Amino acid sequence: MKTVFVTGASRGIGKSIALELGKDYQVVIGFSNSQDKAHEVVEEIKKLGGESLAVQLNIEDRNSVDQAFNLIEETYKHVDILVNNAGITKDNILPRMKDDEWNDVIQTNLTGNFYTSQRAIKKMIKNKWGRLIFISSVVGISGNQGQANYAASKAGLIGLSKSISKEVGSRNITSNVIAPGYIETDMTSFIDGENRENIIEQLSIKRMGKPEDIANMVSFLSKNESEYITGQVIPIDGGLTT
Amino acid sequence: MEVSEVFEKVKGLFVEELGIDSEKITMDAKLEEDLEIDSLGIVEVVMAFEDEFEIEIDDEELADVGTVGQAVNLLQSKL
Ligand SMILES: NC(=O)c1ccc[n+]([C@@H]2O[C@H](COP(=O)([O-])OP(=O)(O)OC[C@H]3O[C@@H](n4cnc5c(N)ncnc54)[C@H](OP(=O)(O)O)[C@@H]3O)[C@@H](O)[C@H]2O)c1
Repeated sequence: MKTVFVTGASRGIGKSIALELGKDYQVVIGFSNSQDKAHEVVEEIKKLGGESLAVQLNIEDRNSVDQAFNLIEETYKHVDILVNNAGITKDNILPRMKDDEWNDVIQTNLTGNFYTSQRAIKKMIKNKWGRLIFISSVVGISGNQGQANYAASKAGLIGLSKSISKEVGSRNITSNVIAPGYIETDMTSFIDGENRENIIEQLSIKRMGKPEDIANMVSFLSKNESEYITGQVIPIDGGLTT
Repeated sequence: MEVSEVFEKVKGLFVEELGIDSEKITMDAKLEEDLEIDSLGIVEVVMAFEDEFEIEIDDEELADVGTVGQAVNLLQSKL
């Protein structure tokens, strides 16, 4: 059975991806602080008859990423499908943005995915099969006020993924980016009342996105049937960017 | 390990990992020009060497390796 590693799978979009892929694969739940929640996801997958394992990592730190992969490889040999989902926001308008706010977001959202992808790709090259899926954001395509750091990190993932797709296409490895719009998770829980209505007003599909809307696409991109799709950016946003 | 023994193992890995015609693999064969191994192919054989011989090979050590013979010598020096 193939092994999937989903970073940031303790909550939100990552959790939904893990539960969906748990139907077909062994799923490694990457978490940072939410240990209890991560173990709940593992239990949920097992209850449905799947196989799962939770692994703690701080994606900002190469050593921590290496240790997580060592642990995964002890149990499941190698990662076939890597879902780079962990991400953070530290919003501020540019004139006020602190170095820390910039660096933390770039390190977690962009550099962290360089670490995980580099580590996973070697085994994928060896196996001549692999899937890299990056969870970026429509903000990486359009930009957003107060999110220069976040938008830059998410746009960076597009360049990273496209380059990888060209490097390893000859080995049956694809690399794609999913760009979610507004999805209901902890990250967007501050959007309520009138703001929420205004956002929904801009959408063609008149609701906020659900984590499952993203998970379904990750599931498809993981399959053999998606082998001719690579280097792409797939917005899932209810028509926000058309 | 004798040079000839290392060579035979190396040859085996090239055939197995990269599907290269075993007749083409001589000590003088150039990895890129004669065997048409691309940069990803080099990554693959290095990983295969590391597993087979239980050693670690740094990128700097690879800088001077252009032929099968040079790869064999590098491996032998590390065993
Ligand atoms: N929600 C949206 O509307 C939306 C829209 C576009 C894109 N996205 C992107 O989708 C991804 C998931 O978002 P979400 O809304 O599900 O976020 P979330 O609910 O805030 O969850 C974030 C996840 O990332 C993990 N994480 C954070 N920092 C980490 C670190 N340094 N090392 C390892 N893991 C870390 C968290 O782990 P712990 O809880 O264990 O700390 C958590 O599992 C993010 O990349 C986000 O940018 C979200």
